[in-house]
Amino acid sequence: MTDLNNDLLNIDPANDDPANDDACNDVACNNNEDVVNPVERFLRGDRIPHIWCPGCGIGTTVNSFARALIDSKIDLGSLALVSGIGCTGRVAGYVKLDSFHTTHGRAIPFATGLKLANPKLNVVVYSGDGDLSAIGGNHLIHAARRNIDLKVICVNNLIYAMTGGQTAPTTPDHSTTSTNPYGVFEPSFNLPHLVEAAGAVYVARWTTFHVRQISRSISEAFKKKGFSFIEIISPCPTLYQRRNKMGDGLEAMKYYKEKSKVRNGAPTSEVGMTMTGEIIVGKFVDRERPDYQTMMRAQYAESLGDRYVDQPSIQEEPVCS
Amino acid sequence: MKADPSGVLTGIHFMDGDHACCEGALAAGSRFAAGYPITPSTEVVERFAARVPTVGGAFIQMEDELAASIALQGGVWAGAKAFTVTSGPGFSLMMEHIGYAAMTETPCVFVDVQRGGPSTGLPTLPAQADMMQAKWGSHGDYEIIALCPNSPQECFDLTIKAFNLAEEYRVPVMFMMDECVGHMTEKVVIPPADEIEVVPRKHTHKSVEDYLPYATNGDLVPEMAHAGDGYNFHVTGLTHDERGYPNMTLPIQDQLVRRLQNKILNAVDRITMTEEEQIDGADVVVVSYGITSRVAQRAIEAARKQGLRVGKLRLITAWPFPEKKIKEIAAKIKAFVVPELNLGQMVREVERAAGGKAKTFAVSHAGGGVHNPEDILKVIVEASR
Repeated sequence: MTDLNNDLLNIDPANDDPANDDACNDVACNNNEDVVNPVERFLRGDRIPHIWCPGCGIGTTVNSFARALIDSKIDLGSLALVSGIGCTGRVAGYVKLDSFHTTHGRAIPFATGLKLANPKLNVVVYSGDGDLSAIGGNHLIHAARRNIDLKVICVNNLIYAMTGGQTAPTTPDHSTTSTNPYGVFEPSFNLPHLVEAAGAVYVARWTTFHVRQISRSISEAFKKKGFSFIEIISPCPTLYQRRNKMGDGLEAMKYYKEKSKVRNGAPTSEVGMTMTGEIIVGKFVDRERPDYQTMMRAQYAESLGDRYVDQPSIQEEPVCS
Repeated sequence: MKADPSGVLTGIHFMDGDHACCEGALAAGSRFAAGYPITPSTEVVERFAARVPTVGGAFIQMEDELAASIALQGGVWAGAKAFTVTSGPGFSLMMEHIGYAAMTETPCVFVDVQRGGPSTGLPTLPAQADMMQAKWGSHGDYEIIALCPNSPQECFDLTIKAFNLAEEYRVPVMFMMDECVGHMTEKVVIPPADEIEVVPRKHTHKSVEDYLPYATNGDLVPEMAHAGDGYNFHVTGLTHDERGYPNMTLPIQDQLVRRLQNKILNAVDRITMTEEEQIDGADVVVVSYGITSRVAQRAIEAARKQGLRVGKLRLITAWPFPEKKIKEIAAKIKAFVVPELNLGQMVREVERAAGGKAKTFAVSHAGGGVHNPEDILKVIVEASR
């Protein structure tokens, strides 16, 4: 076990709950070769190898997501996952769930339709920063405003990676990209601040160094009813780091370890990112607000009285076992 | 199967085309719509928003047409029959998701109440200038179905047909209304639910192990599963194999794109609906659709009074284009006259299908009103010579 692995197991003692260590102790750190990887059953084995580069953090986030599925004991039969386009957009193709790889930026409105037409579904949106906050930015803020009951996992690699390293709304000032070869000069989005202002009920940020915290946040979001947003800062060694001379995936882990500061409850206005500065991580927002469908039902019931007919569940029982 | 009576407003109504379209959607079993306001189509979803909570469903007004046109597809994959409604500028924004629906074989209905364009154009006035966009607007090769009602009654009847075709062929169906038909108020007869035929979702009954989301047999239309059914299926707009998995090899691309075309083209004769009158023995046949067919009717009758032998072919289905029918007629007549509220769209299809066997005369109109029947008559007279 390398030092880094040790580090990975011992991060943030102040913020770490030993009760959550089981998954890691059972598997990742177990030398017994007979042990089946517990996340394997959540993946489409017949689609491996995946397309992600060495050192990319997206696979790490999927591992944490799968562990959250175990920890939260969420009903997998009612779980659907929706992605947009981009490197993270490919997550939908690798998870063994009802999964939808939609169009660029439109994962959230697609997910909105899924959730509204069958309120019993648990719907996760899993996509990248460019997809969710640039081309899909309008949908992001409106879904947060409406408080649609969606769990949005935003893997933020600070760049458009699938298309070759162009500037994203999240690319930090002064970094270099293929479309800002002389350096980025436009300000970047602070996504937790944006979605909090728009109305999200749960907002957290971690890096791919914080594998257990990611799982925990996803599990917490599953328990919330409403628009939840988890940003995961993730390395892109191939396009962001190489161009900016920031090293490989391991270097990114060291950077995340050294520069991440856990500040649960930090005002989101203070968590904006810079190219080489501190990364404020933690759970920033956890509040209660009625979700869209709760408000819709209440409004219809109040206005229509006996004339209101609630939506029947489209499929009461699974068609297959 | 028969329509669910809860959504059927049986009776004789005095209703405009937009409202009749909404009633058709409810009668067809649609319980989910996503929309974005745009004149002259908004009345369809306004009525749906008022009606749907009384029959067990949901409507959401999205933040734009891009969102509306994909939210409805989320609804479909959750098990609903769903539609959206728009007009030209919004239809332009929806093109991406018409392509997505075609590629993923998502059964759904796009209602386009056409107005004058290009761009913002004439928000409150009619046109029929989205006919080519309906067929060719999204990138890549694909086939859709497009229907053209010419009365509020047909807005009701054909909306049901649109949903039925969408389900039967797992294809997005374009419901090509126009401002006149949308805002015209006439008698609309809504029959009892047990007289309304509704096509159910082509849902699979296969086991999880046996189910391949995009495998097909003779009819080229795959069976569908819904989110939450337990199949753990994958849907993508990427070129995909029978498992629904991305596969960007040449043979798979060829197989998939040809199947998407052929499932419609092989069924043209079953899909095509036309209205024909006095075509046998005619010298000239007037080909029209939508509101223009009603204006053309007057010109046809005036021409017949002058002793001209004029037939009528009304396209109720514009796409897939009834090429074979045009070809057959072309062999027997002198000329086609094609009036439409655009500067020449479907007339090109008529000319192409006629293959030089009969002349083709366009009666174009830039939109904003309907033709003067005299203008159509003049061309009929000229074409008869």
